[in-house]
Amino acid sequence: MKYIDEYRSQELVRSLTERLHAKISRPVRIMEVCGTHTIAIFRHGLRRMLPEQIELISGPGCPVCVTPSGVIDAFIDLAGRKDILITTFGDMIRVPGTTGSLAQARAAGADVHIVYSPMDALELARHNPHKLVVFLAVGFETTTPTIGATVLEAARRNMDNFCIFPAAKVIPPPLRALMEDPKLQVDGLLCPGHVSVILGSRAYGFLVEEFGLACAVAGFEPTDILLAITSLVNQVQSGHPTVDNCYGRAVAPEGNRKAREIVDQVFKPVDSDWRGLGPIPASGLGLREEYGAFDITRRLEIPIVNSGEPPGCRCGEILKGICQPPDCPLFGRACSPASPIGPCMVSTEGTCAAWHRYGTLD
Amino acid sequence: MNTQIVLDHGSGGLASQELIGSLFLRYLTNPHLHQLEDAAVLDGQAGRLAFSTDSYVVDPIFFPGGNIGELAVNGTINDLAMRGAKPLCLSLGLIIEEGLAMDTLEEIVRSIARACDYAGVPVVTGDTKVVPRGKADKIFINTSGIGVIRDGVEVSATQAVKDDVIILSGTLADHGITILTSREGLQVDGNLQSDTRPLHFLVQNILDQAAHAVHTMRDPTRGGLGTTLSEIAKTTGLCMEIEEKAIPVQGEVRAACELMGLDPLYLANEGKCVVFAAPEKAELILETMRATPEGRESAIIGRVTDVHPGRVVLTTISGGARLVEPLTGEPLPRIC
Ligand code: SF4
Repeated sequence: MKYIDEYRSQELVRSLTERLHAKISRPVRIMEVCGTHTIAIFRHGLRRMLPEQIELISGPGCPVCVTPSGVIDAFIDLAGRKDILITTFGDMIRVPGTTGSLAQARAAGADVHIVYSPMDALELARHNPHKLVVFLAVGFETTTPTIGATVLEAARRNMDNFCIFPAAKVIPPPLRALMEDPKLQVDGLLCPGHVSVILGSRAYGFLVEEFGLACAVAGFEPTDILLAITSLVNQVQSGHPTVDNCYGRAVAPEGNRKAREIVDQVFKPVDSDWRGLGPIPASGLGLREEYGAFDITRRLEIPIVNSGEPPGCRCGEILKGICQPPDCPLFGRACSPASPIGPCMVSTEGTCAAWHRYGTLD
Repeated sequence: MNTQIVLDHGSGGLASQELIGSLFLRYLTNPHLHQLEDAAVLDGQAGRLAFSTDSYVVDPIFFPGGNIGELAVNGTINDLAMRGAKPLCLSLGLIIEEGLAMDTLEEIVRSIARACDYAGVPVVTGDTKVVPRGKADKIFINTSGIGVIRDGVEVSATQAVKDDVIILSGTLADHGITILTSREGLQVDGNLQSDTRPLHFLVQNILDQAAHAVHTMRDPTRGGLGTTLSEIAKTTGLCMEIEEKAIPVQGEVRAACELMGLDPLYLANEGKCVVFAAPEKAELILETMRATPEGRESAIIGRVTDVHPGRVVLTTISGGARLVEPLTGEPLPRIC
């Protein structure tokens, strides 16, 4: 397929990995911020092609994984109420809270629909005037502009049976929080392609300036990832960290201003709790006062109880990059994709799921 | 006649008879069914019989490239074909939700008749039940089928052996991606279509050429090729080594999969099979498959080895290697 195959070319991949092998002269620890990178690396079998000195660890970049179980419990609580129709992206539906998942709530009679875009939720609201349609607004920079646009559209149409459950997050604050953690020794960051389309590569400048961290924005194809890893190795070995935009075909230094304007118009930064990372200031998005009518948590009393991690689960440390999935005593035993305990196993983009699905070929 | 299905249509009384007479017998005409006996009697069938059943609850019931009716016919024909059997006849059980439009039912029955005619496999016995609104989702269909297996054919998941060549009969994931996108009303570019079709002609052609060389056949329906191969790997304790580059996937299917973060290896197919065959006959079988319309895009996608016992290993397009584990849960599109 055009625009994909050339970035997967075996010859190109081979020459890139050979160059990396020749170039690397010291161990380099790289964190891939985004779950989609983690999956791509596994899916294309890149791990085994990289020099041993490169250690890849997965970061917090899966919106499903970082949503605290208390919030998931609140989703489920809401789903169980009368005349509520819940709309959500697909992979949210299987994530366990403390007592169950949205899929189980649906089996018990809750009205839960999977949508591909928040705009579809608006359509559902139009067709179900007697229900209050709630979109579970989970996601990062990539998804929030469309959610913002949906809220604007709902306001324009004066819809009174559509709401969102604001639970979206932004990426830079947790990166700062992670890098401030002395336990995490990382040399470079593989910065997420999708998120950067909106944010712009400049947004990572603070990581270079404050933490001396090498940064490379990468697309999701094998050659994209390898080019970015090569750049990170170069930066680390030369001692000149910078933000290298290796995804120029999609990412501009200043990002997508229009999309950010929509987000700024509708949302404001709020403190937010991250599963595994705890509370991080200004890392979440709440609705601005003007759009308060579209915030279900303002319309209804929905208690959010911080319920912590399931016993034994090490998702917190996994999300911080402090340990790898096989370090968790539950990995592959009590916890597997068929019966996940932690969110890192349930989400298709979760680190544990990726390791379980692709990771043990030796 | 009513324009909608009502409970009475399943009562066994007059309304049922009317439905059978005016709809089912009109389209599914054959002497066995016309007798309206409690069981069809099939004369003169000697030899080994294959017997299979499957239920169809697909949503939506009409989708690009087909509907639940032909799916139910082709599905059971394919289950029989995958054991090397020549399908003889089918049963048809319908569970209909009260309120289903009569036109809709008629369209489904018509397409069942069409699929049976095309395949040359009649429905010889049937049953209809109507359940109150809300107790079923529009219509559920069960089909069972009987087929005969000729002498010398021994096809099963346990028969695959080391060095067997793995041949796939065409492009992957067409049905799965079509259902997923039409279920949620997702607009994607291109012309996605289900691949529902019977495979018994293809299978008989292969068996005519090289019956002894065919060891295993499977149609990778739910769970997709990835899950099917994993099962065979587990059953035989052998290693399935496949090449991503060799696996045919249509451009628009791949694009839709990329968009939603889905792996074509795990999406359902309704008109494709994998054939495990002895290497010396592999080319002949491949040619035979390609000469049959439903196997035009057949390709050798891999080989059976003993390198990683019980596992499926994929060499990626980029030259990497990874495991292919069975699917867990339904494939769901990702968030970002
Ligand atoms: S293996 Fe399961 S329990 Fe352990 S960290 Fe991963 S998701 Fe959590």
